Amino acid sequence: MLGLTLKEVSSAFREGRISPTELCRKCLNRIKKTRPLNAYITVTEELSLKQAQQSEARLRRGVPKGPLDGIPFAVKDNFCTANIRTTCASKMLEGYTPPYNATVVQKLLDQGAVLMGKTNMDEFAMGSGSTDGTFGPVRNPWSYAASYRTQAGAAPDSDWVITGGSSGGSAAAVASLTSYLALGSDTGGSTRNPGALCGVVALKPTYGLVSRHGLIPLVNSMDVPGIITRSVNDAAIVLGVLQGIDVKDSTTVPAPSALVELPEDFDVRNLRVGIPKEYHAPGLSEETVAQWSRVADLFERAGARVEQVSLPHTQYSIVCYHILCCAEVASNMARFDGLEYGHRSEMESSTEVMYASTRHEGFNDVVRGRILSGNYFLLRHNYQQYFLKAQKVRRLIADDFGRVFGSGVDVLLTPTTLTDAVRYYDFTQEDNRTRSTQEDIFTQPANMAGLPAVSVPTALSRRGLPIGLQLIGPALEDKKLLCVARWMEQRVGFPSISDWDGSQESRNDAGVTREQTSAV
Amino acid sequence: MATMSAFHTLRGVSLETIGSSCNLWRNNVYSLTTKSCRLRCLQSRILRPFSSRQHNPKVPEVPTWEPAPEEQLPPPTKIPVDLVDKLERLALVDFRTKQGLECLEKAIRFADQLHVVDTSGVEPMDSVLEDRALYLRDDTATEGDCAEELLKLAKNTVEEYFVAPPGNIPLPKREERTAMLRHSEF
Repeated sequence: MLGLTLKEVSSAFREGRISPTELCRKCLNRIKKTRPLNAYITVTEELSLKQAQQSEARLRRGVPKGPLDGIPFAVKDNFCTANIRTTCASKMLEGYTPPYNATVVQKLLDQGAVLMGKTNMDEFAMGSGSTDGTFGPVRNPWSYAASYRTQAGAAPDSDWVITGGSSGGSAAAVASLTSYLALGSDTGGSTRNPGALCGVVALKPTYGLVSRHGLIPLVNSMDVPGIITRSVNDAAIVLGVLQGIDVKDSTTVPAPSALVELPEDFDVRNLRVGIPKEYHAPGLSEETVAQWSRVADLFERAGARVEQVSLPHTQYSIVCYHILCCAEVASNMARFDGLEYGHRSEMESSTEVMYASTRHEGFNDVVRGRILSGNYFLLRHNYQQYFLKAQKVRRLIADDFGRVFGSGVDVLLTPTTLTDAVRYYDFTQEDNRTRSTQEDIFTQPANMAGLPAVSVPTALSRRGLPIGLQLIGPALEDKKLLCVARWMEQRVGFPSISDWDGSQESRNDAGVTREQTSAV
Repeated sequence: MATMSAFHTLRGVSLETIGSSCNLWRNNVYSLTTKSCRLRCLQSRILRPFSSRQHNPKVPEVPTWEPAPEEQLPPPTKIPVDLVDKLERLALVDFRTKQGLECLEKAIRFADQLHVVDTSGVEPMDSVLEDRALYLRDDTATEGDCAEELLKLAKNTVEEYFVAPPGNIPLPKREERTAMLRHSEF
């Protein structure tokens, strides 16, 4: 049951094969069993059960709110949740309980979805490993899968691999079947990167299509709420609920079309698939290249026109991102001063001393480092040379995409990450800044240009760990992008990590046959 | 040990399936028949290892670029002591250690790569929504009256005021600051 798609669960509810309360209990039990993953910072057990009971009552009366009524979901801990603490995995907000819900959270609750808890992350979403939060690192559920243990000869307790980040807790929650969907945030790849490493579908919608109200900001001009699910169709259903204008976020744009479900059979003949040659970057693993080539073949054989294209400024994108990110962080983090909310130092000799010691105590090295770099790039004599320069390069990067899509290419096919997940021990041999420049290399260009992008699980590596590929589309073509992603998902044959016993049981007592079998 | 047993089910699953591809087919053929293409993919995935597959010529086989060479970059920046002090005062965070300072110098070195890009005649880009009119709501209050709720979030308030320590006192000198902050460590 835990491995089903949203549509399957929804119909199981309506037909009375399982109740929202039973399902909620199953998920809560599974959260307890998978506690060592450290995917959740806060589990909202009591509230979850209450919401599930309300959903159950609606279903019993025959008036469910929609396809998400009763569906368990998880939220990254940088989205505000009313009366539930929201920490950004930082000491700075350890005791902070927002008085309101982020728009995306409110929309899911309005649909009757059941909140399971708040997920772990890198502090203030700064990182690409989910290793740098105050609540400790998140472990990738695939560390415990037989594929990894047997193929890599790994011992899970010492050789466990990272989830990627910064939305690692959300990806781990969906991959380990404790939630059917999770919200992440994506500034430079923070949703797609862990999605790829944890073998789940991870969508970064077009900038502005989904409201940022209540998402604690990292880089305002790039932040987008991300959607993590186990199938592309599930992601489309969730996007359909979340998208559209929000009066509380002036950077939202109207949704081009209602989006409920994707067509079962999407025709890729005449589709033009671009392979940006610059996405073979130094350090790309041989296995990822092989998968990239395999999927290009799949498209070609099905009649799509696959062509090599060039996005010449790609290699400077990560550099540009680094400067813009630090600059916006320096400005955004100024709000944390101890006065109105969050941590406050006990050193009270002066306002300035209180500010400085609050921030010293509240932020980790990574956050402090980015604030200092940002302040450096924004100094009067550096402003032009670094900040404005980066904004100019940003335009060149956006123009590269514009040219390619303007020439008639429908979608770009690229890797999501350089390699499969690395061991925690190996990952932490380099500092956070170095890691972010490596890990975000293929993902942040879509944020620079505001384009929709989705990571689709593609295959297992020789080590038995997921490899994902990314599809990037033109702005506001999210639906078409997801149609292509679904087509690809149906053909790559990605083996999903699943609770065999649970699914088996559901198949027997519910008579459900999974299209994408959870057995694999 | 707790970890191991917690994942008992997951392991059970995968041993059955991922570990043994042939079993996987036999056990699950019923669900695969609905999507015969899936089976074909699985077959080709298993029968043809990565290395023997013919490479699609549109996907580059080797990296197409290298990081900008050192000699094209300006000389590396060294941060003088007075600038360290200035940045700490501006940012209201401290470098804490020598490593913190090295980290900034590395960050600047990394950023220097942008200097090789020709941006003459290019306008800076603030937002990807620059080409459209954004929705603005009417300038009327639609919510509010929540002062009490917001004040509750602060550590120190009097009536409806946030309380700050004495103002207009510059931060102490760097050495004193360091001693003070070390003292304030959790």
